[in-house]
Amino acid sequence: MPTQATPDGPAIELRGATKRFRSSSGGVHTAIRDLDLTVKSGEFVAVVGPTGCGKSTTLSLVSGLEPASEGQALVHGRPVVGIPEGVGYMFQNDAVLPWRSVLDNVATGPRYRGLTKRAAREKARDWVERVGLGGFESYYPHQLSGGMRKRVALAQTLVGEPSILLMDEPFSALDVQTRSLMQDELLRLWSGTGTARGAAVVFVTHDLEEAVVLGDRVVVMTAGPATVKASFDVPLERPRDAEEIRLTPEFLDIYREVWESLRGEVQITRERGAGNAA
Amino acid sequence: MLPDTSEREVVGADDGQARAIAQSRAARRRRLAGINVVRVLLVVAVLGSWELAATHWIDPFYYSKPSAIWGRLVDWFTTGTSQGSIWTQIAVTLEEALIGFALGSVGGVVLGIVLGRSRFLSDVCAPFIKAANAIPRIILASLFVIWFGLGMSSKVATAFVLVFFAVFFNAFQGAREVDRNLVNNARILGASRMQVLTTIVVPSATSWILASLHSAFGFAIIGAVVGEYSGADKGLGLLINHAQGTFDSAGIYAGMIIITVIALLAEWLLTLLERRLLRWRPPASSLEAQI
Ligand SMILES: Nc1ncnc2c1ncn2[C@@H]1O[C@H](COP(=O)(O)OP(=O)(O)OP(=O)(O)O)[C@@H](O)[C@H]1O
Ligand SMILES: [Mg+2]
Repeated sequence: MPTQATPDGPAIELRGATKRFRSSSGGVHTAIRDLDLTVKSGEFVAVVGPTGCGKSTTLSLVSGLEPASEGQALVHGRPVVGIPEGVGYMFQNDAVLPWRSVLDNVATGPRYRGLTKRAAREKARDWVERVGLGGFESYYPHQLSGGMRKRVALAQTLVGEPSILLMDEPFSALDVQTRSLMQDELLRLWSGTGTARGAAVVFVTHDLEEAVVLGDRVVVMTAGPATVKASFDVPLERPRDAEEIRLTPEFLDIYREVWESLRGEVQITRERGAGNAA
Repeated sequence: MLPDTSEREVVGADDGQARAIAQSRAARRRRLAGINVVRVLLVVAVLGSWELAATHWIDPFYYSKPSAIWGRLVDWFTTGTSQGSIWTQIAVTLEEALIGFALGSVGGVVLGIVLGRSRFLSDVCAPFIKAANAIPRIILASLFVIWFGLGMSSKVATAFVLVFFAVFFNAFQGAREVDRNLVNNARILGASRMQVLTTIVVPSATSWILASLHSAFGFAIIGAVVGEYSGADKGLGLLINHAQGTFDSAGIYAGMIIITVIALLAEWLLTLLERRLLRWRPPASSLEAQI
């Protein structure tokens, strides 16, 4: 794992981060405003918020793909300039390379980082097994199901042993069964003996249930421009079983509490949408 | 553990399935056979009526006829042409076309990708490229003869110009339309700018580039032939030019047929290359139904 500048400090810090985009009509669109967020090392933070509020934008600031317009993004205590060391990012849309086999897709990161083809493949093979794709090494993405492609993307990200893991609605396109299967596997890989252990995770989702099942903490964002509206600690014990835990009363309590907070923001977004349509 | 819905071959298909597959194969074979029979009939009908018409009604001096063209081809390949062995002419034209094709496609791909990835450079160059593309390029062939003389280089230059623009625009478009997501993903995975270019941009643009190479080889041959036509001491274009000079319409057709065969062979080779390079793509659904 990469050495950390301040081992006990937060893994991720956003301080008064604001991001503006130039809109197509020539005006300025503020995607996030004055956002403060701190994620400790090894913490699993789930982020929920109404659609279009600026969740993906928040992740892009942390990943260094976009600079903040105002405020600061810090990773391991250092201001983000370019792409910080140790960041893994699973995008909202599929980003596997269609012209590479499963194995070579997973080996992509190690190859970029200078491993020989052989060493990279060796490493990749291990991760292909771990995400449950053993036997599919030579398949091309178009020959895989949507769920399998997500596993490839997961392996591609985790093979780099990130100390910070950004995930943008990674499972939202999957059916319910596959989704909870993937949630379980993610928890297993994150908390298990795997090298992803201790990674700080920011997991964006539309699905409040998913947020509560996975997170140590659920952060609710306001309708766009996004700021943090509230943050809820999830008092559920680990290890968790994604299927089972949904049925416990503790789960329902925290779910209800977060939903109370989120509902208002969803309502605002909905009314705006209706306003736009009118 | 895994949903095996993506298994491509159904293992242990039952009898009903096997029969259905056999039936559909047989139906396909019958259909193909039918198509080929009709094709042969069509060719025979066209050539036959041409031959007949040229024997009885129209003047074969202007329009020639299949038997005369065939005779000319046989003559060229057995006793040689007015300019010497036919193989020399073919080799010369092919060499010019190939060199022009290679230089033009490399130049087009490199410049297309560089401009496609650099907003600044493409904005700077846009009007010049538009202007250069609007020049009727065939006319350049005459200019090149003056510049480079009657030898090979003037033909290579003509082929180059034709190929370059065909490939350039596709490479440019291909490099432009690279999925931002893939580029971002590569950057996160640790790719340098150069690595993004070689592992993301170039493969993304490959299908665009290959598509243009198909027509580009045709252009290369046209360039070489037109170049020879404007002035040369060897080559198929010269042969055709000579045939025109002696009112030998069969000779013109014969030259045309040789060029067509070469172009078709090149097309076939390129298709093989394309299949090899684009193995990763889902097979086009139309491929099965293709005739
Ligand atoms: N590159 C960009 N240029 C202009 N506007 C942008 C850009 N990226 C995002 N936006 C705008 O910023 C706002 C927030 O976008 P973002 O993608 O962060 O939302 P989100 O919360 O991830 O939404 P969803 O849940 O639907 O994925 C949107 O209104 C969007 O139109
Ligand atoms: Mg998003």
